[in-house]
Formats: sequence, C-alpha cells, structure tokens
Amino acid sequence: MTTLAQFDHVTRRFGKVLAVDDVSLTIESGTILGLLGPNAAGKTTLISLLEGLRRPTSGTVELFGGSPGDYRNRQRLGSTPQETALPVTLRVGEVIDFVSKHFENPLSKAAVAEEFGLGDLLKRQTGALSGGQKRRLSVALAFVGQPKLVLLDEPTTGLDVEARRTLWDALRRQHERGATVVVTSHYLEEIEALAQRVVVMGQGRILADDTLPAILSRVGLRQVQLVSDEADRIGRLPGVVRQERTGDGATTFYVQDSDATIVELVRSGIHFTGLTVRGATLEEAFLTLTEPPDARRNWNRVEAAQ
Amino acid sequence: MSTLALTLVHAKYTLIETARIPVALIGSLVFPALALLFFVVPQRSVADSPEFATQAVISLAVFAIMSNSLFSFGLNIAENREKPWDPYLRTLPAPGLARVFAQVFSTGTLGVAAIIPVIVIGGLFTAASASVFHIVLGLVALAVGALPFMLIGICIGYALSAKAAIAVVQVVMFALAFAGGLFLPPVLFADWLNTLSMFLPSRQAREFVIWAVTGGNLEPWVWIGIAAWTAIMLFLALFLFRRDEGHRFR
Repeated sequence: MTTLAQFDHVTRRFGKVLAVDDVSLTIESGTILGLLGPNAAGKTTLISLLEGLRRPTSGTVELFGGSPGDYRNRQRLGSTPQETALPVTLRVGEVIDFVSKHFENPLSKAAVAEEFGLGDLLKRQTGALSGGQKRRLSVALAFVGQPKLVLLDEPTTGLDVEARRTLWDALRRQHERGATVVVTSHYLEEIEALAQRVVVMGQGRILADDTLPAILSRVGLRQVQLVSDEADRIGRLPGVVRQERTGDGATTFYVQDSDATIVELVRSGIHFTGLTVRGATLEEAFLTLTEPPDARRNWNRVEAAQ
Repeated sequence: MSTLALTLVHAKYTLIETARIPVALIGSLVFPALALLFFVVPQRSVADSPEFATQAVISLAVFAIMSNSLFSFGLNIAENREKPWDPYLRTLPAPGLARVFAQVFSTGTLGVAAIIPVIVIGGLFTAASASVFHIVLGLVALAVGALPFMLIGICIGYALSAKAAIAVVQVVMFALAFAGGLFLPPVLFADWLNTLSMFLPSRQAREFVIWAVTGGNLEPWVWIGIAAWTAIMLFLALFLFRRDEGHRFR
C-alpha cells in the first residue's frame, strides 16, 4: 500500500461557513473508500481540495506527494464532471477524445465506450443523451486517463436501480484493474455496495473512519415509534441510541436491534400503544454520531429548538 | 503533452463548440461589416478619400476585433466559470497557461474571420486601397494589437460574474473606441484627449495597423504601449486565473 493522498489538519472556510473543519485523512492505494455524510457535510469540498479546485484555508493537502494545484500531480488523478456539465454541442466521442488528450497513457475510445456502455452513442451530441447516459459518460471520463486515484462525487444520485447497478459493476471492474476509488454518497446503500473503508462526515468533521461492517453497525439503525407515558424508561432500555418526541404525542426511539429492543420492552411491562418499526434514514442515524454521548439519551428535538 | 499541444486541443474544442451554434458565429462575423456600411460608406467625404477611407476601414477593423475580443473573452469566461464543465476542465492535468492561450487562439481565429468582410466592403464601396501584401501585414499587426484587448477581456471574465461582465465590457468597449479614435479620427481631438488617447491600447492598435498598411514612421509610444499593455494584462490574467475558484456566492 502506498499513500496516494493526504489531508493534514485541513480547514476550509467560505466566508463565515466552516465547510471543512480540521480534517486529517490518509488515502492509501488499493481500496474503495466511501465518503459518507448528509448534504452539506463537507464531502464535496473535501473532493474539490483534492482536485486542486480549491485551496485549504489552513493545513496542507497532498496529492501523489505534491500540491493538487500543480497540474503535473493530476496526471494520475481521475475526476468526474456533474452530468449537467457536459458541453451540449460536443459529441460523446469528441468529449472522450478531448479528455484523453490530457493524459500520457489513456484508454482507447473503444475501450471506454465498451466498459461504460457508450458504444452506440459516440456520434450523439451530449445534449441529446438521457440522464443515465450522461451519468455514464461523466463517470467514464474519470477513467479515461487510466488513473491511480479516482474521485467520484455522488456518482449515481438520481439514477434508477438498473442503471445504478450497471455503474457499480463498472466501478468494481475498474477497481479490480488497480484504480483506487474515493466515492462520496449520502446513500448508505451505495456505500454498502462499493466501499471497503468508510469515512463518515458531518458538519465538516470526520465523525468515524472504519471498515464497512463497523460503520454499518453504528449507522444501520431502526426507528421504533410508539405512544407511552413512560418514554424515559423505554429510553433506558439496552440498545436504544436516541429518542425524540414527535409532534403528535408519540416518541421515536433509534435502536440498533429493533427485535431485541421490542422483546425487552414487552418484558418490562411498560404500557404502550401505536407501535411502528421502520428503518432509520442515514440523516437520522448521523445525528447519533454527531451528538456528544452524554446528550444522546433523553434528547428532545422540540425542547432543543426552544 | 506539451503546453502548446494542449493549447491547440483546448482551442479546437472551443471552436467546435462555437461552430455548432451558427447564430453565435454569424453575429460576430456580420456585426463589424454592418458597422462599416452604416458609419463609413454613407459619408462620401470620408469614403471617397483614399487616405481617410483606408484609416476608417482600419479603425473599424480594430473596433471589430476589439469588441470581438472583449465580448467573447469577458463573457465566455465569466459564463463558463458559472457552468460546471469549467471546474471539471480545471481538474485535468493542463497548465493554466494552456487554457489562457487556447482562448486567445480560438477567439483570435474568429476575430480575424470577422475582419475579412470589413476589408471586402472597404475595398468595394470606399476609396480605401492597399496591396495584398500590406493587407496581410495589416492583419498580422491587427493580431498583435488585439492581444491587450483579449487579455483585458480575460481579466474581466475572471474578475466578474457574467451579468456584471456584460455591463463592464460595454463601458470599456465604448470608452476605448471613442477615446482611441476608432469612431472619430484623432485629428479632431482636443490636445488633452489626444495625449490621453496615446496611452490607450485602442489608439495604439489603430496607429500600429495604419503603420503596417500605409507605411510611414512608427512612433515609439505605439509599440511600447502595446508591449506594456500585453505584459501587464498577461500578468493580471494569470493572477486572476490562479486566484479563481469558480463562481462564489455570498
């Protein structure tokens, strides 16, 4: 394993907004690293620092041992435009040619087209492509230069299930051929499908940096909602990470294992009505990571707002 | 790939993009010729004098390439900075200089193409005359004299948002055109305006092209001025390019 990129106490502000807050992170070769976090967590800013698009307010960012701002250090870096960014009048084949001219050892146009299913589209103007086709082209561009490190910012947001799986398969094949991939997402499903190491970000900071199974056990929470006069007692049951009162008198509990918690709840003899159980969204699960541990229990969103 | 090769690659695809929207192309090619038809051809006292007509055609050619440079650089860059394709291009391994030069090349090519109808109309409908050799010499001089305008356009594009750039480009363009003697010949200027005019790139470009086409003495302030404007604006353009991180909202 070699170090491909490194953040050393990096902070980036936009005016008064602190987008990245004292982040230290090392990206090593050989893995697919998932960068997971809700919107505005600082994922995209972190990626743009690595692409040389922005400079840190303080701290240092290194790419292949040098500054990402120096174009020579970006020779082995692959990044991807937003799918709305493609120049509408250029043809698919022209866009691939244009990008491949920048690299010393690019993939052939035919190889790129085959890998990402663009073979029939090479003569089309990008403005005529469907959303999924644009996305495939955008992601393909990241691999044109046979990069060592590939940065993908929300690569499949908005795609249907079929298109998403096709892209994931292509990404895994590219990874097996030796590309180290950093993929950002706010979908746990996407990170689960691709990543080996997961970095969770929230409010510009790294909240967790661990293997996929370890992260899943911390953010793969379930929601148990019910109405009870003894909500605080339920909150002290084992496996309850957090509770919050909803508007209509019910209380929502975030639990690691809903089956076990409900068994405990029934055994305890606490009276309750209106039980529902569902998966917690990632945003909801993130709140358990962003709060200090002592504030987790008996936390009430309504009271906090007042 | 070398900086030069990447410059040509970027220039090529910029031109392909422009050519795919023919209206943009027609606008920049037709406008200067129309200006000549409306402002010079009907004034027979100018149009029938070989000396004045030649100077008027050159002045409008300079105006054409100046407006072309200011508009396409100032606006294209300001607009591109607000489009997400541009940040992607900045992540590719290409030096900043290649992208600046590519914009110079592509707009320069279009600008020179815009001059051709001006020369044809000038030759057919006015007494302006010059040998083919002198016309070619004039085009080369025009390309050199256009460098400061392109670089001013680049600076505007990198310094301002697209909406602000439109307004600033128009103010700069008309100020430079009037004070540089492109609409009214400098012989009609008051002394103070004539002195001020000699510091402007529009006046310098005008005199430089007139010298290339009709001969005579080249005053040192003309070429020193063009060299100075080019150097200062290139420096400023590179500074603004490196500082730029795309469009920022406040």
